[in-house]
Parts: sequence; C-alpha cells; structure tokens
Amino acid sequence: MKLFSLTAHEILDLLKAKKVKAEDVVSSVKERIDSVETRVHAYARVFETREIASEGNENLFPIPIAVKDNICIKDNETTCASKILKGFKPPYDATVIAKLKGAGAVFTGNANMDEFAFGSSCETSCFGPTRNPWDLERVPGGSSGGSAAAVAADETIWAIGSDTGGSIRQPAALCGVVGLKPTYGLVSRYGLIAFASSLDQIGPITKDVRDSALLLNIIGGYDENDSTSVDTPAKDYTKSLISDIKGIKIGIPKEYFIEGIDPEVGLSVKAAIEQLRSLGAIVKEVSLPHTEYAVATYYITATAEASSNLARFDGVQYGLRSIPKEQRKNPIVDMYEETRNQGFGLEAKRRIMLGTYALSSGYYDAYYLRALKVRTLIKQDLDKVFGDFDAIVTPTSPTTAFKIGERMDDPVSMYLSDIYTIPANLSGIPAISIPCGFSKNNLPIGLQIMAKAFNEEMIFKIAYTYEQNTGWHKKRAGI
Amino acid sequence: MISEKDVKYVASLSRIHLNEEEAKPLAKDLEKILNYVAKLQKLDVKQIAPTSHVLPLNNVFREDIVRPSLTQEETLNMTVDKMNGSFKVPKVIE
Repeated sequence: MKLFSLTAHEILDLLKAKKVKAEDVVSSVKERIDSVETRVHAYARVFETREIASEGNENLFPIPIAVKDNICIKDNETTCASKILKGFKPPYDATVIAKLKGAGAVFTGNANMDEFAFGSSCETSCFGPTRNPWDLERVPGGSSGGSAAAVAADETIWAIGSDTGGSIRQPAALCGVVGLKPTYGLVSRYGLIAFASSLDQIGPITKDVRDSALLLNIIGGYDENDSTSVDTPAKDYTKSLISDIKGIKIGIPKEYFIEGIDPEVGLSVKAAIEQLRSLGAIVKEVSLPHTEYAVATYYITATAEASSNLARFDGVQYGLRSIPKEQRKNPIVDMYEETRNQGFGLEAKRRIMLGTYALSSGYYDAYYLRALKVRTLIKQDLDKVFGDFDAIVTPTSPTTAFKIGERMDDPVSMYLSDIYTIPANLSGIPAISIPCGFSKNNLPIGLQIMAKAFNEEMIFKIAYTYEQNTGWHKKRAGI
Repeated sequence: MISEKDVKYVASLSRIHLNEEEAKPLAKDLEKILNYVAKLQKLDVKQIAPTSHVLPLNNVFREDIVRPSLTQEETLNMTVDKMNGSFKVPKVIE
C-alpha cells in the first residue's frame, strides 16, 4: 500500500500508532506528484519546500493538502489562475490557511482552477487546462478542478476549494471524490479572493466522507475578520459519522430528472436513492418548481457581484500593470483598460461585462433586481421542502466529465453544468457530492445531498451511511 | 439585439479595452446569454421581496479600537510603481 493512496484519517491512525512518520507521507505524495503531474496538471504551482512543523505532536494533522489558487497563503504567489494577478504575493494568510497551519498541515501547492473561478471545466485557467485523472482527454470539472483532480490522482491527501455555484461539488462528482460546500457563513472567507460574495464558500475536497468531516472540523468556525461569518458553537462533525439513516426523510425533486440529464447519470442516482430507501430512509418525491430559473438567476447575480468585486484589479495596487503605446482616452483610464484587457481572459471579460450590463442604468430592474426576487422564490421552494424533509438528494451534475474543448465555444451549455448545484448557493444551504457509480466508459457519477442551513451533521450522516454500504469511494483512478 | 457598439459601451463601463477581434464574438455570446436569462421575465415577481443575502445578519460592527494592520511598506511592496510612500500612476489630469 502506497502512503499517497491513503485517506487522511488512515494516515492519522498510522501516525498515532507510530507506524509511519509524517515525512514518509510527505515524500510519498511528492513522488506521486513527480510521476503523474505532467499528465494531470492539477497544480498551478507545486511547492518545493514542505515544512513539517508537527513531528511528534499527536494533536496535529501533518497531512499534505492542496490549496485552490484563490486562497491567500502569506508571501506565496496567489493568482486565481489569472494573468492579472501574476506575481501577487499576499501579505497575510487567509483564515482557513492560518487554521490549517495551526493544525500542522503541509501544503503541497496551489491547485489549478478556472480563472477567478469562472468556469465549470478548469479550461479558463491562464496555466492551461487540468485533465481528469479518470480520462486525460476529459475535463475534471470546475472551477476547483485542480483540487478535485489532485485528490483523485493521489497528488495530495486532501484539498480545499471554493464553491460559488457548484465549484467544489461538480468537480468532485466528475473526479469521483467527496466535495462539500458548507453552509454560507460556516467557514471564514477572509483571504479568499472574492468572486460573488453572497454565494462564495470554502470547503473540503477529500477521498471519503470521514475526511470531509475532519477537514471541516479544522477550517470551520466563527471569524471576526469575515463580516458574513456566523457565530455558532464549534462542532465535532466526526460524531455524525454513524451508519444509520432509519426514519430519515429524504425528498427527491422531480424537476431534477428531466431534460438534459445523461441517462447513465439518471440510472445511477436512482439506484442510489433506492439504496437509501433500503437502508431505512423514508424517500418521497417533492417539487422545487422554480428549478428551471436557477441558472439564469445565478448568472445574473453572480456576474453582477463579480463585476463589482473584480473592479479592484486596475493595475494600481498589485498584480499586472499594462500601459498602451498610444494614448486612447486619458493616461490613467488607458492604464486601467489596457491592464484589464491584457490581464483578464475571455470568460472573465464575458462575465464582468454581463454583470456590468445587468447593473447598468436602464437594465438594473429588468435583470439584477428581478434575479434577486427570483432568488427569493428559489429559496422559498427549498425552505418549504425542508419543512417536511431532513434532506434533498439529487444528481450533482447532469453529465459525466465532458471532453476538453467540447463546451468552450458555448457559454450557455457550460453554465448548464451547474444546474443542480446552484440552488444550494442561492439559498445558502450546505450540500455534498459523493461518488455513486460509474458510467460504462468508467467515468465517475456524483450524488448530491443537501440539508438545512447549519445542518452539516445530517449531510454527513446520510453520506457516510451510503458510502459505508456501497464502497464506490474505494475505486481509484487508474493513472 | 446586442450590437458591437453596445459591447464597446459595456466594455468601457467595465474599464476593459477590447481588441477589435474580440468585440464581435462577445456581442454574440452576450446576446446568447441574455436570450437564455430572458426566461426570468416570465415570472410574476411584483409581490416578491429581493434576496441579496441569505443570512439574517446586518451591520456587523466591532469595537472601535486601533489594532495592528498592514504597514505602508507591506502595502506598497505589492505595486509595480511607487514614489514617496504612495502608489505612482499615470497622469490623472491633463
């Protein structure tokens, strides 16, 4: 058994029993990166030095971890996979990084991502695409595609990503790993470079459900540096890892099994739902009538917020500065406009412009304000179901991993990859994706479980019960 | 519906200089996306309050006490051009 193929909790057991040393684990993962990274390209940058500060301290987690390239690590280049942040070295640690450092984490590198998390395939990265470890011709999903691919290819033990419309769960599904988007406000976003502030959330990408709970224990909790952080009592999520879902009420939204879903995904997810029923859950069909408006609502609100958040990249304080050779408007405006022309890729430009349009005079009411109102309807749909049900179970993504290049020329078809994951962001609730089977051509399929805000325990309980009774998570990408 | 002129106007609001070859495909893309999001117009939302934020939080304040923050030097370390403790930029006024 190679150490790099283990989960964090398996490694912690070995460390406690003094059967391995942290440095053995770290060098095993390094060797693995050296042997597969040129094919997978999961990382924006791999760290050369890996400090192990925790040797001998049993309370620490000296586990190798990959960090998405939009989460600030002090004095380490952090770029959101964008040319506009080339050379940017944050002068502070994100709160999740400070917590991980406190827990003895060993950082393997910055995971690749779609530029500024704008994408569902990892193809918009300025570093070039990440490849899916299950099939190198296919995308790993996105935007946290590098984090998910690194975990699936055993190039790290676990990883953190961020999720604005599905950016943790969709790549986790496409790479056959476990990805959790926690409740909005549970994990501090201080030091996460913002995309859409009312939606963004940091979360774990891991090889199994126990690791997801362990990593959430480390990164979760109140932070006064994030004004959207919610002051809730600390929980030990591993206590929810009980294989028993008897009597738990699960709703299955009928609107999630209609047009556009790959039949193999539909069959796998339906089989998983039957399994949950046979394990004792009470499963009933429910309705989320505004589902078909979720993607449109999201692309207005998220791009509007992004256009505002990304206004800070103007060449003045950090990152790229580019000045055109000839004067166009006036010297400073020319600098702003040329810096942003050179620094942003095509999808970033598309989204900033869409958001600007939706917020502009004459269109604000018709687009932005209307989308905020439809967001209310989508949230009300979910609240209503959660009045009677403990959880909602759905597919994570309508398809398995698609081919690199396949959707790059059609933004709308790319956006529809997030159709099942977006409602959890719009309503702030937690949701997980866990493996629930494979297609005929051996591509992973993900099952999404959503619960009420701050009820991650329910998600972990259902996910753990399903995982322990099926074992899909044990199948590894044969790279 | 979306002309190249519209795209250039929105680009200038967004402070992005577009190369000529980018404007045309972007006009097409934006039109496609706007056609897709037009489905929101079908819903009656007159009586619905907007949700800009999902948490029941507002006006999060802390005690007004001075704490250490980034120094001027740390802040200026990140820029490509600085002078006399300030960010240096091209001329603002002709």
